[in-house]
Amino acid sequence: MHIPDGFLNVATVATTYTVSAGGLGYALRAARKKMGEKHVPMLGILAAFIFAAQMLNFPIAGGTSGHFLGAALAAILIGPWAGLLIMACVLILQCLIFQDGGLLALGANIFNMGLIGCFSAYFLYRLTTRFMGDNRRGLLIGSFIAAWASVFIAASSCSIELWASGTSPISIAFPAMAGWHALIGIGEGLITVAVLGLVTAVRKDLIAMERI
Amino acid sequence: MKKIRIKWWHIALILCLALVFFSPLASSSPDGLEKVAEDKGFIEEAHEAPFQVIADYMFPGIENEAVATILAGLIGTAGIFVITYGAARLIRFGKNKKATAAER
Repeated sequence: MHIPDGFLNVATVATTYTVSAGGLGYALRAARKKMGEKHVPMLGILAAFIFAAQMLNFPIAGGTSGHFLGAALAAILIGPWAGLLIMACVLILQCLIFQDGGLLALGANIFNMGLIGCFSAYFLYRLTTRFMGDNRRGLLIGSFIAAWASVFIAASSCSIELWASGTSPISIAFPAMAGWHALIGIGEGLITVAVLGLVTAVRKDLIAMERI
Repeated sequence: MKKIRIKWWHIALILCLALVFFSPLASSSPDGLEKVAEDKGFIEEAHEAPFQVIADYMFPGIENEAVATILAGLIGTAGIFVITYGAARLIRFGKNKKATAAER
């Protein structure tokens, strides 16, 4: 759901850039406070995996494809602020080098896929693991719900920006975006669970690091 | 001579780079947002980027699309690792410096 330039009006561009810049400023401060030796390679690997996995579009239905987002995986493994930093780095590189997502829309893309994606996922993950218990089963179910919801909520946020920009009325943009991304979210959930399942099976200690 | 110990993230990075070799198999159908923009008639409002570096994940000047995609993916995956690992190192370095300054 990388928004290209031309879909958003000036007010939406300015608002999303401001909020995303503020979020990134806070994320950097949080990282400076909490970054430990173990976080350093985890940050790099999450960014590399998210970039590579985002290239692998999978077909869903009706001639539409979706791809992994990764905000939930990052937020669950390393925390929402560090997840935001990772998503922002990936989105900036995709925008500047790969022409995926517009320059003016970058603020909105970081807002949707970084801020909204990471924090909705982290909140729902914490909420579900509180009810399901902090065991492996609870962790995997919690991450499926968090991953599905992060894509769904980020897509809904995107539809609100399209509406606020006068590009598409909300009654059209919201059901269309939410509908497709409810399906794409299933893929997101499966990939997130698969990766976390692998991590808990081979290196359980990596899932226990302090969240940033 | 110092022996290099293999760490978990060495293997993880190799797996990420290996993942890129599947990228030519990726679906080329429009993604969720593109599909909505096509169906609801606002796709023409999208502007082309003012400059192109490795546009559409295809390394320019290579005829074979699969090779161009894999090369673009390897550059991106290795590049983002170096950037984020380096940035995290710098943040950590800054933190240590501040901590030692506070101790004094």
